[in-house]
Amino acid sequence: MIETIRSLGRWGLGTFERLGRGHLFLFRTLAGVPEIFLRLSLLVHQLFSVGVLSVFLILISGLFVGMVLGLQGYNTLVDFGAEESLGVLVSLSLVRELGPVVSALLFAGRAGSALTAEIGLMKSTEQLSGMEMMAVDPIHRVIAPRFLAGLISMPLLAALFSAVGIFGGFLVGHGLLGVDDGAFWSQMQVKTDWYDDVLNGVIKSIVFGFVVTWIALFEGYDATPTSEGVGRATTRTVVHSAFAILGLDFVLTALMFGEG
Amino acid sequence: MPLIKIRDLHFYRGDRAIFEGVNIDIYRGKITAIMGPSGTGKTTLLRLIGGQLRPDRGTIEVDGQDVHKLSRSELYELRKRMGMLFQSGALLTDIPVFDNVAFPLREHTDLPESMIHDLVLMKLQAVGLRGARDLMPSELSGGMARRVALARAVTLDPMMVMYDEPFTGQDPISMGTLVNLIHKMNDAMDLTSIVVSHDVTETAEIADVIYLLSEGKVIEKGSPVQLKRSSSQWVQQFMQGLPDGPVPFHYSNVSLADDLFAQEESA
Repeated sequence: MIETIRSLGRWGLGTFERLGRGHLFLFRTLAGVPEIFLRLSLLVHQLFSVGVLSVFLILISGLFVGMVLGLQGYNTLVDFGAEESLGVLVSLSLVRELGPVVSALLFAGRAGSALTAEIGLMKSTEQLSGMEMMAVDPIHRVIAPRFLAGLISMPLLAALFSAVGIFGGFLVGHGLLGVDDGAFWSQMQVKTDWYDDVLNGVIKSIVFGFVVTWIALFEGYDATPTSEGVGRATTRTVVHSAFAILGLDFVLTALMFGEG
Repeated sequence: MPLIKIRDLHFYRGDRAIFEGVNIDIYRGKITAIMGPSGTGKTTLLRLIGGQLRPDRGTIEVDGQDVHKLSRSELYELRKRMGMLFQSGALLTDIPVFDNVAFPLREHTDLPESMIHDLVLMKLQAVGLRGARDLMPSELSGGMARRVALARAVTLDPMMVMYDEPFTGQDPISMGTLVNLIHKMNDAMDLTSIVVSHDVTETAEIADVIYLLSEGKVIEKGSPVQLKRSSSQWVQQFMQGLPDGPVPFHYSNVSLADDLFAQEESA
């Protein structure tokens, strides 16, 4: 019994200590962000590996999610004779929810895991230590550019996801199921609000980008420097990011759309 | 006056004492070896000197400055004058040899690229790897990686270089090359070298002073000749690589007979 309480206490202390380390890490990273604007090449390089290399996955996934939405939405709407509202259903679903959430989950799996593995391996091969001994702060030189790249990439990827998804919904709705294209686009334009829908979706994706990149970089930086440790850290990045995205999505949705 | 002065150093990992009252003086221009069995904290000592770890008690002064009382920026200024060769080389794996050696220059100086080019080639020439400038770290052998790391460690012309197990896992030719390089660099660049190693023959060949560490303390210090003549059984066991002696072959345990009978009784 006593041992159970002890291990519970140890777990609690360990968790809070890790949370504290994570926040200190974040503060140091944020302090390093202004420096990046003096060395934009570091940021451009990371924008490519974090953002551009994720584009293909995001485009393909967005297209299929939009196509499925078109198909499912049509089958429901047609019962009420409201199939011309398909554009509204597809666009609101994507812009408000699926765009930011699914692209963040994909981003965590593609770019987040890669960031954790990269930083974890840099730690285990003493590259981060080596930088410190060369009087170069690895948080400013390695972590901060990746953090900013993640923060910039995420909303852009979510926007691409939504745009391609809407196009996918249109392809199925108009091309396959015969929904009038004028009605599809005009209803979508009328019913999708710039501030309430699009901007709130962008805010969500910025928050997700912040959290996922923070988790991924911290897990790599804090990883036990062994192959097993880096493997575990990579898994934790994907799992913790998924929890954080879905939990935060509920909170943000409640704040943004709760009153309506 | 020594370049590095370590006094009453205490360092613990959890409950385990790594150092308990270690005093070491490292003099300018000399090659000082820190030796001892695996797990005695030799690498930890280098990390303490470099300010990557904090001692639980005691002080480490480098060039008159207490390393652990410096602010972050002061510590980084001091580190620019310290070179360190990691056991793995710690080369940045995503950039080629040339950029690895140029890394400290690009980070800390505003030199034009043409001058960086010349300086890097001179350092690579010194370690015999000018021809390998375009190779990626993954294309280098272990010995070559350490030579590149050595070129990088001295790029900013530091006052001292710390070598962490430079000879481990090297073939005889690479080992000979590294021994020769450490010796030559120390003399040619007027460096102070600290070599952490357990390779007795190679280290004794170049070291001016050897400190032998075990169980958190300095067991013996002196020149290689003095240590080889030491009357201490422990020193003799270490220097001659004898399998049994004051450091027992068997991990401490109950006697074999007790262990065997205990199993029979429980059965």
